[in-house]
Amino acid sequence: MYERPKLQSLTPSTTPTQDADGLSPLVIRASNLDLTFQTNDGPVHALKDVNLEVNKGDFVSFIGPSGCGKTTFLRCIAGLETPTSGALSVNGMTPDDARRARAYGYVFQAAGLYPWRTIGGNIRLPLEIMGFSKAEMGERIKRVLNLVDLEGFEKKFPWQLSGGMQQRASIARALAFDADILLMDEPFGALDEIVRDHLNEQLLQLWARTEKTIAFVTHSIPEAVYLSTKIVVMSPRPGRISDVIESSLPRDRPLSIRDSAEFIAIANRVRDGLHAGHGQG
Amino acid sequence: MKSFFPVVTVVAAVLLIWIIAVVPMNMHLTADQAQRDGLAVSPDTPIARQDFSGLGLAVHNSHLIPLTYVNVRPRLPSPHQIAIELYDTVIDKKITSKRSLVYHGWVTLAPTLLGFAIGTLLGIMLAVGIVFSRVMDRSVMPWAIVSQTIPILALAPMIIVVMGAAGIQGILPKAVIAAYLSFFPVVVGMVKGLRSPEGMQLDLLRTYHSSNSQGFWKLRLPASTPYLFASLKIGISASLIGTIVAELPTGAKAGFGARMLVGDQYGQPILSWAALFAAAITAAALVGIIGMIERGTLRQMGMKPA
Ligand SMILES: Nc1ncnc2c1ncn2[C@@H]1O[C@H](COP(=O)(O)OP(=O)(O)OP(=O)(O)O)[C@@H](O)[C@H]1O
Ligand SMILES: [Mg+2]
Repeated sequence: MYERPKLQSLTPSTTPTQDADGLSPLVIRASNLDLTFQTNDGPVHALKDVNLEVNKGDFVSFIGPSGCGKTTFLRCIAGLETPTSGALSVNGMTPDDARRARAYGYVFQAAGLYPWRTIGGNIRLPLEIMGFSKAEMGERIKRVLNLVDLEGFEKKFPWQLSGGMQQRASIARALAFDADILLMDEPFGALDEIVRDHLNEQLLQLWARTEKTIAFVTHSIPEAVYLSTKIVVMSPRPGRISDVIESSLPRDRPLSIRDSAEFIAIANRVRDGLHAGHGQG
Repeated sequence: MKSFFPVVTVVAAVLLIWIIAVVPMNMHLTADQAQRDGLAVSPDTPIARQDFSGLGLAVHNSHLIPLTYVNVRPRLPSPHQIAIELYDTVIDKKITSKRSLVYHGWVTLAPTLLGFAIGTLLGIMLAVGIVFSRVMDRSVMPWAIVSQTIPILALAPMIIVVMGAAGIQGILPKAVIAAYLSFFPVVVGMVKGLRSPEGMQLDLLRTYHSSNSQGFWKLRLPASTPYLFASLKIGISASLIGTIVAELPTGAKAGFGARMLVGDQYGQPILSWAALFAAAITAAALVGIIGMIERGTLRQMGMKPA
């Protein structure tokens, strides 16, 4: 039904790695990654021949139609899913070792707060598991709640918060233990435009301040372009990368940058990539 | 409070049916007694009266209907007779009296609570084993199910006799039977509850590289709390029934079960019925207490009952 997209032949841009020596700042490297789910209705080819390199401090966005494997790829990076073939390394380790080393914070597609814990208690969860001291926990909870604009909600239970506030709390939970990598699966998908803009801005500030490496799944072209240094366009059946766009926008981005010609040009290229993936380009 | 009116309506309907049923049920007895007391009864021989149904007899002797409610040894006691007997044996009698239902109630309640505690503990431990060990999942669950298919009425005397032969008497054999009935709902509910966390809640813990025991204490156990309480409510009433059943066939001298049996054997149905009602009220109270603890606990946990 879907014809082979033309862009598929374009191998993802491999910026010549200046750091081919052992001191590579490469954080994520996927080569020839394949993943097939065995289901009752037969095999589902979720990822096919995925090649990608993410450097330290990159902000990578994954964009593509529903079911193209964005979540699956993120889960592979997190060591929650095991690729059928190919190689994947995170911080120079296998994803599973990186998971054991608590290398990343993961924000799931739904907030997934534990209903029996308060907002503060939910943020404390990873800190308890990782064995932080009481004082340090309190301090960190205050700090990340502040970061996502939820001061004063520490003692509230999840059901007392709106969906958007719950999602922010889940971001705070992922930030609490200061992992170098942040994996975010459509964290702002459920939010209205204004809150989304605000959080996008805050996320950029956080990223600039902390030099984290962020992998970010979204369905929104403007969001992807506004946030990213690298945009990965994916297409479905089988899920694969159809384009990788290195953003030429400066790292310091006011919201108004979205009206610039450069921004629109990048957005157009993303849109073209998406259409190509759909077999309509 | 929303359930108040439906409950009252049902209770009222049951009472009405009961009150109406008292007349035909006791009519023959009442007619015999009335005749002995020199009242006019038609037809005037017990044998002739056998040809009539209770209802038919009542139609012919409507003047005897009020007397069906005050029989000393009725086939079906009227509600007020039971209420009076309950008042008499619960409130009027000294607790130390052998006729006090409070005394008998405690004799039944103590093994019920002990058995419930044992059953709950056992149930939770088995459930934890089943959830964390494949081997236990395969081996324990079928036996737990089979254990509940054995009629407790047949099993109870065996347990009492065997334990008695081993020199164990008193509260413990009854508690064992109570535990036998209450562990099962706890196992089933807890297994379901401990398995209730969904993929994402578990994945979250994996991203933190948490240990199995952290997963248990921080996710599975709290997630299972609503299920546990649902099971405890079934378990406590099962415990009470188990204890009463244990008292029935073994010639126990005290307890609700003993009272029911004594009433039966000595032709004092009001006694049996009063004991039955006292047991039912006790069960309702126990379930109510657990319900209150449930509401308090879940509110503290920010959750709603399952
Ligand atoms: N555990 C699983 N078992 C079987 N198939 C799966 C599983 N997880 C995902 N898939 C399939 O793999 C494909 C990719 O799914 P994935 O969730 O990665 O898509 P996505 O790009 O995140 O979509 P969305 O934008 O809707 O979140 C889909 O066809 C999906 O049905
Ligand atoms: Mg997804």
